[in-house]
Amino acid sequence: MRLKPILLLGATALLALVASGCGGGSKKSAAPKSSGCSVDQLNLVHKGQLTVGTDNPAFPPWFGGTPPKGSTWKVSDPNSGQGFESAVAYAVAGKLGFKKGDVHWVVVPFEQSFKPGSKSFDFDINQISYTPARAKSVDFSDSYYDVNQALIGLKGTPITSAKTSADVKKYKLGVQIGTTSYAYVTKNIKPSQQPSVYNTSSDVNSGLKAHQIDGIVVDLPTAFYITAVQIPQATIVGQFPTVGTPEHFGMVLAKGNSLTSCVDKALASLKSAGTIAKIQQEWLSNKASAPVLK
Amino acid sequence: MSADAETGRGDRGDRRSRILGDLRGTRNIGIAVTSTVVFFVVVAVVIANSAGWPEVRKAFFDRKLFGDSFPEVGHAFLLNIRIFCIAEALILVFALAIAVLRGLPGPVLFPFRLLAVLYTDLFRGIPTILVIYILGFGAPALQLSGVPNSPLFWGVTALVLVYSAYVAEVYRAGIESVHPSQEAAARSLGLSRAQTLRYVIVPQAVRRVIPPLLNDFIGLQKDSALVALIGPIEAFRQSQIDVAATFNYTPYMATALLFILLTIPLARLTDWLIARDRRRQSAGGAR
Amino acid sequence: MRARATALKLEAVHKSFGSVEVLRGVDLEVGEHEVVCLIGASGSGKSTLLRCVNLLERIDAGRIFLHGEEITRRDVDVNAVRRRVGIVFQAFNLFPHMTVLRNVTLATSRVLHKPRAEAEAEATALLERFGLADKRAEYPDRLSGGQQQRVAIVRALAMQPELMLLDEVTSALDPELVAEVLNVIRELADGGMTMVIATHEMSFARDTANRVCFLDAGRILEQGPAEEIFTHPREPRTQQFLERIIAAGRL
Ligand SMILES: Nc1ncnc2c1ncn2[C@@H]1O[C@H](COP(=O)(O)OP(=O)(O)OP(=O)(O)O)[C@@H](O)[C@H]1O
Ligand SMILES: [Mg+2]
Repeated sequence: MRLKPILLLGATALLALVASGCGGGSKKSAAPKSSGCSVDQLNLVHKGQLTVGTDNPAFPPWFGGTPPKGSTWKVSDPNSGQGFESAVAYAVAGKLGFKKGDVHWVVVPFEQSFKPGSKSFDFDINQISYTPARAKSVDFSDSYYDVNQALIGLKGTPITSAKTSADVKKYKLGVQIGTTSYAYVTKNIKPSQQPSVYNTSSDVNSGLKAHQIDGIVVDLPTAFYITAVQIPQATIVGQFPTVGTPEHFGMVLAKGNSLTSCVDKALASLKSAGTIAKIQQEWLSNKASAPVLK
Repeated sequence: MSADAETGRGDRGDRRSRILGDLRGTRNIGIAVTSTVVFFVVVAVVIANSAGWPEVRKAFFDRKLFGDSFPEVGHAFLLNIRIFCIAEALILVFALAIAVLRGLPGPVLFPFRLLAVLYTDLFRGIPTILVIYILGFGAPALQLSGVPNSPLFWGVTALVLVYSAYVAEVYRAGIESVHPSQEAAARSLGLSRAQTLRYVIVPQAVRRVIPPLLNDFIGLQKDSALVALIGPIEAFRQSQIDVAATFNYTPYMATALLFILLTIPLARLTDWLIARDRRRQSAGGAR
Repeated sequence: MRARATALKLEAVHKSFGSVEVLRGVDLEVGEHEVVCLIGASGSGKSTLLRCVNLLERIDAGRIFLHGEEITRRDVDVNAVRRRVGIVFQAFNLFPHMTVLRNVTLATSRVLHKPRAEAEAEATALLERFGLADKRAEYPDRLSGGQQQRVAIVRALAMQPELMLLDEVTSALDPELVAEVLNVIRELADGGMTMVIATHEMSFARDTANRVCFLDAGRILEQGPAEEIFTHPREPRTQQFLERIIAAGRL
């Protein structure tokens, strides 16, 4: 028995050692910055092609098209160029100088998008919201979509009569892990019951259908898709007002990647040419119809 | 020798913990300390000099984030503790009932035995995670009146069902390891079957199965995190939220640490219980 | 010999295990305060006979009476019968997780519902009587075989049985420990306890038994006073058995 503390001490020492990074190891420098944005100057995972990540299944309205037979993509096919994010990705790719065939899609689950070490994608486009904390671990492109949170409830349940954010407080809300919807709920709605947090969007939907939660908080475009296709017996109660700086989606890139500034340039010129607005009009046009929960 | 007294024999005297082996004397302790320190230093140096270490260190061992998330995760961990305390209490009773049911004699009770066998086969077969999903999303959707639909209720129910199947088997092995002559002795004194089970068979069985039982409970403690799948925010889910908010994995380390801190005392308790029992039965009447 | 009241009576008792018939029509009468020894080769059915009387085994045919009351009827409360019949096993079968005192008081407090203090006082008195007073707080594993067997006898006695069944209670003991247990049994016999004893200790049987029964292949082949059986056995099987015993130096 007497030896135990010593062993423990050893283990603690190891932890401390590891945590403080004894022996240092020089900080691996990020890929060299280059100012040029022509295809051969870009810092790419695979030379000559643009590798774009998103999660599988990819859901409308962010992605569209029917996956061809034999494809591993479910629900939607990112290669189709249909759906808002697919269209934006191809537009950015075009601006960077890639042909449509040079764009390759890879599956990147949300948690993989920010894992340390080398990335399997050049950029990941998966409704990921920018926050300053997240930006310490990865690069974010500028906004390609300013997002509002919305509330979904089952038709005929009490929550659907809510008119203001305060009306929503007393309900059990559900969100998907990794979304900024959770932060919006806890910071701005401050409900009296702890919200339920699920792994996937289909689990959130199951929770609503099983009456384990009264409402889902999710970004507005997704809310339209859920109520139109996934849970027809649900309805959009309303969209929440923006609090503070507007939330936006950005593409995720490896920290310090020189590609980020090129993507930003591409986005800027697409915005000023009205291309992004047009894509948004095409895929996310019904945004205006949801009432705002004051 | 009596057939019923095979336990504990040959184990007289204090047995040293297996980890510490036969360490005696300052010289041996000195060697042990030196080799331990050298071993860990070598491992640490190898890790610290790997190419990816700086990035891994930032992503997993961010001191500030650890400090930020630890209180939150710790608070959420209280839910884990609640989950498995309730589950453990229920499992201990429920599993014993199943085990006893399975051991009932006579052709009349065959349906009960069959039921017990089916139950243990079924719930040891289905992955815990599936039971949680099926019960968590399926049972409340039935909207039966009087049946709660809280995910916590169904999560705990799922854990109780799954772990009782395991623990029932552990109990059964324990009960069967008690020699039939013990039952004969008790019955010959006029004790009923139930009294025999309660005072003679089960106490001996339970003593024998404490180590595997606690082992299952360590598994249960860890699996309490699975309840998060159907919504409740326990420690793992809280750390996941923190990870998603910061894109940094350090909060997971906080959760890991909490789980370890919880299992170590349980493992030590197991050792202590075994040692105490051995002392009691073979080292004289003094308690 | 004065006629005694009948304590135990077996009528044509049959018992089979599967296809093996172990008891093949046993008739036996045991009077009040009588000590009957069962002798016979290994496998002749001595233990089975005792277990049947204690209702640990259900008989296939025949009847058993305890003080005139049939105990083999279907509607009989077996626990009530067992309270009245004590049995001590070859292997002691003490409860290893209980102290000596708890071993003795378990049945008196749980079955007879005696208050704890009373049960413990009685148990302590009995243990004292058999020289085990200082062992009351010990666990069985810490006792010698002879001590364990004496505790087992005390445990059965504590129920104040009308009849004691002893099944080769000394055969698991080292030779030097046999005497202490036999002395206890002698003391019980002197005290008037009715006993049926299966044993291989022929000299003990000769000294203590009022009657010796020779069991052979599931039947009582011959019975009579010890002196008579040991010196003038009538049946050839009995003679053979005793010759083997004598050759083995056990008589
Ligand atoms: N539970 C049982 N199941 C099957 N067979 C049994 C059982 N109990 C006893 N037997 C058989 O019954 C026969 C008689 O056994 P029993 O134990 O009564 O003999 P015994 O005279 O006591 O012998 P020993 O002197 O060796 O103790 C043996 O052949 C034994 O194998
Ligand atoms: Mg026998």
